[in-house]
Amino acid sequence: MAQELGYLKETPSQTAGPYVHIGLTPNFCGIAGVYDADLGSSMVNDRTLGERITIKGRVFDGAGAPLKDALVEIWQADAAGFYNSPSEIRGAADPSFTGWGRCPTSAEDGVFAFETVKPGRVPFKDGRLMAPHITFWIVARGINIGLHTRMYFPDEGAANDEDPLLARIEHRERVATLIAAREGSTYLFDIHLQGPEETVFLDI
Amino acid sequence: MSEMPNRKPETGAFFPRDRNWHPPAFAPGYKTSVLRSPQRALLSLDGTISEITGPIFGHSVLGELDNDLIHNFAKPGESAIGERIIVHGRVLDERGRPVSGALLEFWQANAGGRYRHKKESYLAPLDPNFGGCGRTITDENGYYAFRTIKPGPYPWPNGVNDWRPAHIHFSVFGHGFAQRLITQMYFEGDPMIWKCPIVNTIPDRQAIEQLVAPLDWANTIPMDARAYRFDIVLRGRRSTLFENRLEGN
Repeated sequence: MAQELGYLKETPSQTAGPYVHIGLTPNFCGIAGVYDADLGSSMVNDRTLGERITIKGRVFDGAGAPLKDALVEIWQADAAGFYNSPSEIRGAADPSFTGWGRCPTSAEDGVFAFETVKPGRVPFKDGRLMAPHITFWIVARGINIGLHTRMYFPDEGAANDEDPLLARIEHRERVATLIAAREGSTYLFDIHLQGPEETVFLDI
Repeated sequence: MSEMPNRKPETGAFFPRDRNWHPPAFAPGYKTSVLRSPQRALLSLDGTISEITGPIFGHSVLGELDNDLIHNFAKPGESAIGERIIVHGRVLDERGRPVSGALLEFWQANAGGRYRHKKESYLAPLDPNFGGCGRTITDENGYYAFRTIKPGPYPWPNGVNDWRPAHIHFSVFGHGFAQRLITQMYFEGDPMIWKCPIVNTIPDRQAIEQLVAPLDWANTIPMDARAYRFDIVLRGRRSTLFENRLEGN
């Protein structure tokens, strides 16, 4: 018998359930007075550097209905391409930008929205630059393990064309599922969990 | 958010997830998963800087009562009704190393199984002194603890007579966004665990056992609160065996 390596198993995931808001956005669901503000509800302040943008979208199920009980988190680099994280060793991120946001989908129409800045480019593992992108993480009732995906920008055609992740998508028509639509300073990014328009999800 | 001084930056990529250990996306016994599960394969992406980094939360985000659900929603001088318990444990990574500075958020029903949420219509009453949310941050050894009341089981419209076991929802941040995890803690000895379609989305019984918190008699406080121990394991990072390979080996 060889020695045991002694690695632990990761705690298994479970669905966030329909009442995820109680824990993660209590003010949103009417539980006032416990936290001052819901965590992740603000990513920018008056001093944040970069181009202000809004990201809006909905999350659709396999029957085409928007999820009205989902929770979306995003994680992104600042305008100069630095992450506000201790693991960022290439340089210092904008201290006025959190890089992380959290938004529940609306109980009325299922829309989520983030006020943020357009991220700069960051390198892939081999040093090539990736196109500007935002990492999404989606949880909800009926989703047993959080779904990761990325949003790219429609006005970054040249960068998108050389992006190492987008290049890896075998069925080329599916690349479009990761590219937002632009309306002025707003980017529209709908996520389809299932079906013919299914968004490319990542095992990261 | 704040820096974590005196810590060597973690730049290794994470171990891949064992998706046979986690529940699959499509688990028809849990009916809502049928239309909310991707049908195409996931696209694998070995950790780039976008995944190995993640937000870190400083203690400044915490209020004094954030880890005391018995009192954080209660009127002054009052407290929530139910079995008083302490839930505590460590957050470790797959290599057994403590995860310090990890933000844990938790939410739960009250002692009667009723959630404080407008979409909840179960006839059991709300407790006017119980909100149901809390949060804390692990210390330098990865330890956390909070006080609450033991939640009750509650019925839900899946099968005709399905009931959730008593459970507390946990949301966990590690140090990289790829470690992001939401799970549920169950209580040792609860016969409802093995009947639950959500628990049973997890294919491996050993994996389910990892979500069952044992009664921790040694840490029970006499005449006050019983304790349950719940350790959480997040994904580990590849070690940086050679200094010139920042992404790990």
